[in-house]
Amino acid sequence: MDIQETQRLLTEYLHELAALFHRVPGSAIFLRYVKSSYQNDPIRSAVELFLFLFAVRYLLAPKYSTKPGVVQLSEDEIDDLVDEWTPEPLVGKPTPLEAMEVDKRTVIVGPVGPKSKLANGRTVMNLGSYNFYNFNTNESLKEKAIQTLRNYGVGPCGPRGFYGTQDVHMKTEADVASFLGTASCIIYAQAFSTISSVIPAFSKRGDIIVADKGVSFAIRKGIQISRSIVRWYEHNDMEDLERVLAKVTKEQARKPLTRRFIITEGLFESYGDMVDLPKVIELKLKYKFRLILDETWSFGVLGRTGRGVTEHQNVDAAEVDMIVGSLAGPLIAGGGFCAGSEEIVHHQRISAAAYTFSAALPALLSTTASATINMLQNSPETVTQLREHTRAMWAQLDPRSDWVYCTSAPENPMMILVLKPEVVNAKKLSEDDQQFLLQDVVDECLANGVLISRLKTLQDNFEPKQVVAPALKVCVTIGLTRKEIEKAGTIIRHAITKVLSKRK
Amino acid sequence: MPRRAAGPSLTNDPSNAPFSSSVSVKGGIAIKAPSAKPSRLSQLFSTSPKSRAEPQTVQGTVQSFSGSSHSNTVAPPISSASLSLPTISLSTATAGNPNMDEPPTTLFQPPSPEEARRLAKQHAQFGPIGHHSHRYSSRHPGGPFPEPIMDEPPYYYLLTTYISYLILIAFGHVRDFFGKRFREENYRHLKPRNGYGALNSDFDNFYVRRLKLRINDCFERPVTGVPGRYITLIDRATDDHNRHFYLTGTTTDTLNLSSYNYLGFAQSEGPCADIAEATLRKYGITSPSTRAETGTQDLHVEVEDLVAKFVGKEASMVFSMGFGTNANIFPALVNKGCLIISDELNHASIRFGARLSGASIAMFRHNDMRDLEAKLREAISQGQPRTHRPWKKILVVVEGLYSMEGSMCNLPGLIELKRRYKYNLFIDEAHSIGAVGPRGRGVCDYFGIDTNEVDVLMGTLTKSFGANGGYIAADKAMIDVLRATNSGVFYGEAPAPAVLAQIMSALRLIQGELVPGQGEERLQRLAFNSRYLRLGLKRLGFIVYGHDDSPIIPVLLFNPAKMPAFSHEMLKRKISVVVVGYPATPLVSSRARFCVSAAHTKEDLDRILTACDEIGNVLQLKFSTGIAGGALPANEELTPPPEMEKAWHRKRTPKVVPPRWPIEDVIRRGVQDVKSPLF
Repeated sequence: MDIQETQRLLTEYLHELAALFHRVPGSAIFLRYVKSSYQNDPIRSAVELFLFLFAVRYLLAPKYSTKPGVVQLSEDEIDDLVDEWTPEPLVGKPTPLEAMEVDKRTVIVGPVGPKSKLANGRTVMNLGSYNFYNFNTNESLKEKAIQTLRNYGVGPCGPRGFYGTQDVHMKTEADVASFLGTASCIIYAQAFSTISSVIPAFSKRGDIIVADKGVSFAIRKGIQISRSIVRWYEHNDMEDLERVLAKVTKEQARKPLTRRFIITEGLFESYGDMVDLPKVIELKLKYKFRLILDETWSFGVLGRTGRGVTEHQNVDAAEVDMIVGSLAGPLIAGGGFCAGSEEIVHHQRISAAAYTFSAALPALLSTTASATINMLQNSPETVTQLREHTRAMWAQLDPRSDWVYCTSAPENPMMILVLKPEVVNAKKLSEDDQQFLLQDVVDECLANGVLISRLKTLQDNFEPKQVVAPALKVCVTIGLTRKEIEKAGTIIRHAITKVLSKRK
Repeated sequence: MPRRAAGPSLTNDPSNAPFSSSVSVKGGIAIKAPSAKPSRLSQLFSTSPKSRAEPQTVQGTVQSFSGSSHSNTVAPPISSASLSLPTISLSTATAGNPNMDEPPTTLFQPPSPEEARRLAKQHAQFGPIGHHSHRYSSRHPGGPFPEPIMDEPPYYYLLTTYISYLILIAFGHVRDFFGKRFREENYRHLKPRNGYGALNSDFDNFYVRRLKLRINDCFERPVTGVPGRYITLIDRATDDHNRHFYLTGTTTDTLNLSSYNYLGFAQSEGPCADIAEATLRKYGITSPSTRAETGTQDLHVEVEDLVAKFVGKEASMVFSMGFGTNANIFPALVNKGCLIISDELNHASIRFGARLSGASIAMFRHNDMRDLEAKLREAISQGQPRTHRPWKKILVVVEGLYSMEGSMCNLPGLIELKRRYKYNLFIDEAHSIGAVGPRGRGVCDYFGIDTNEVDVLMGTLTKSFGANGGYIAADKAMIDVLRATNSGVFYGEAPAPAVLAQIMSALRLIQGELVPGQGEERLQRLAFNSRYLRLGLKRLGFIVYGHDDSPIIPVLLFNPAKMPAFSHEMLKRKISVVVVGYPATPLVSSRARFCVSAAHTKEDLDRILTACDEIGNVLQLKFSTGIAGGALPANEELTPPPEMEKAWHRKRTPKVVPPRWPIEDVIRRGVQDVKSPLF
């Protein structure tokens, strides 16, 4: 085979290859592209080829992690690390305070009434439950609840969105809305979960929340989950609120307009004091914020007929954008509600987590709420009576005790008793000391036939930390006579004196 | 609404256990049935109303008629076991009594209209079992836990689904364009106004406004009465394209495939309701305080002990809301420096709680043990981000039964990984407790796994037990600490006595302490019903997701417009179903979700299958390829011997034919085939 033969074969192969190439679909396009890009300039083609090769290499390159700081480890090393790793126990040992919490739990045997029987067989005056109006043992309410039970069963077996909306829920919603005087209302299955779901339903990342420093645990949870920008103002300090609002407005002036909310409580869970609602409304209107008012502790309590802080301070409930309240406390039903305009309520039906993802309220609790709202509306004298009882109790405790004072508003039947600062300073009491002392007071009261409770609070992981002073909680009920209330007040006062004077 | 008396012996003396009275009445019936043989009689009691019409001797017919009607006035009709035991002995004992000489006219009393109505009401809440073979025990058959096979429709349907969404979105934008100009009042809450920010984001609201609004009539349908076997819908209509509804004043009774009433405890009569009523009378309506303060009653303690015993843990806590239970527990378990590894399809409440806890959160692919292992290896070897300190704790969170998929967690796989990687395991048994396992005790029971292997068991009391609330069960030491650190104990309202009574009686019933036999019947009927409906749907050619024993059966619809169409067609046939679409599911896989109950009878399921068959033909929903089962059994040999199983499968797999059984065959073969592996 000589060289010409080889050449001939080569050209033959080349021709064959070219023919093959031409037969490949799209080869004409490729050729045309190469020709047009070549334009008598080999460098152009070279650059294109280089780019093409780079793209191929890039696409074929092994994936690399975009996470910074990942240490590359071999499988054996990982196995060793896995063997080495010892997790902490899921739940640690209880602290002394936590152990006391469990040990000292009161267990009521039988019904919760103004006088309740305890597990140790004693019957005591119950000033620890939110049974302010003593509706819990009301026979006509029980009859109604049983009627509902016999028509609806106990549980609704489904979330509201999927066949869990019973007519009784719609009625309760309408009842609460008309009681408060708002356009619309939505009920949730648990009061504690209500506000923590209402806040993130509206306030999203980038929105602004201005909140009172003393708001309840549930509100703090809601704010935490919303991931909004939070600004705190001093507890119940309207001047500070104005300062914060002005500051926020100034800071945000150049930025696109976002939702802004003021969040506060009607009666504060941890202090018992009352908000200055007219002032808050004035500021909210001035600075164009929306107001979320948590009336968990004031709904059913304040005002002539228990409509809450709006009635008490003569504010139109429609001025408040969202009123959140509880049907579980004095109304002795269950669940919570949020009242507001139709848009506000409708939006929650789709996007409030505790509403959409939770089973509906049991029908019998829903009808009970309707019934107790009706009772309050029709007999304002019960509310008046509660206030008188509260005053009687207040007189026994606040002005006459050397050791404690009451931070609650005088209208609040839930009295929060805090150790006086001078007592704390004189005896150098740490917070845990105070808790143990107050538990001793509770035990002492119990020994004398009065059931009260400490203010039970938990520390959350949300910054800034909230400091709630350890306190006693006394809940007045009209199920007891005025005499009994006064007697109970004396017992509590004496118990406080006895325990605290013993402490060096 | 006035309550119809449920029998004098029950309402007058609630403390009196209703079961003893039921026995005495049954005894009375038996006395009036002198010539019946015991076996015949017991058979009669357990027959369904349908089979009652079968030709019998005159006397037999009469007995069955009066017998069943009387017995139903006192005890739920399903309790054949509780009925038969005392009755038989009494009837034989008194056969020769002078009572025989009573004028026969007393025998021939048909049920009064009131009794008939009561019977109808009872059966509307809980259907009587049709045949003793309609039972099955839900239990993992052993071997590796199979991944559910996710069948896919032809690409045509996926394409049309995407096109449908495109059309919807395009139309939505066109309507928005004009709406924002000519109907401004409808958009007020979406725009900044008077210096206030928009209440809702325009973009987020688009889906609600333009897609969900169109099918709003399929959601939040108002109901009344007991959500049992049947559910009463309150009819409504709209004048403004689903924005508002008004009630038309009528109601429709529909077969209920929508409530989480797995064991059929949604009842307004029967032992549970009686105990709930008695408790309500004694304890009042609620316990108006938090558990930590003065809201703990003896009832709470009792229920907690009972729940702990039921799920197989040392101690438990109960709460008044299932969502809240999850939302509050995680901050008490984990905090900063801990890692939560969560299944991607976990419920919103778990996400809510996990976010609150401050722990880092990682996700693994749904039920994918390999992905979980990879995540675990990465987490343990790399430690915390940036600092590379080891994680303090790793908590793996899964659900027992996933409510949108119908799939169960791979517990054996999880336990195996747990032994190796030493993480803590949290199982949310919201849907699985009561609903799976031979004794109804959830996934651990189903797989036969010791509950000590799982650190925390959480569940709801809303679903299987017809009550409300949730529980956390764990070791006693753990629960004692959690009682002092869980915010639900400190701030959440305590569960109401009537609700607790319902939980208590339901648990006792399942355990066989109350009305022995009934609990077992409920469990086994649920298992049978779940499998029967699933098998039927597969054979008809629907794509269904999930495991065979799951009482949640999602039927895939794909095209968004098929959701309302399916819902409406079912409603026309008086069946209420739940349809779910985006965002609760991935965009393409819109589905209808059937929740089977022990209260359903086989006839109900056949009715559902027939309805599905018709609708499936009209809406073109039968697009399964057969890989997920439902195929014709090869040559009548249904269960291969275990040693040949693999070969048998291999032999079958090549010739997968899309199953399109005629409805008659599905019904004819259903009971027979349902107890073998579902193919």
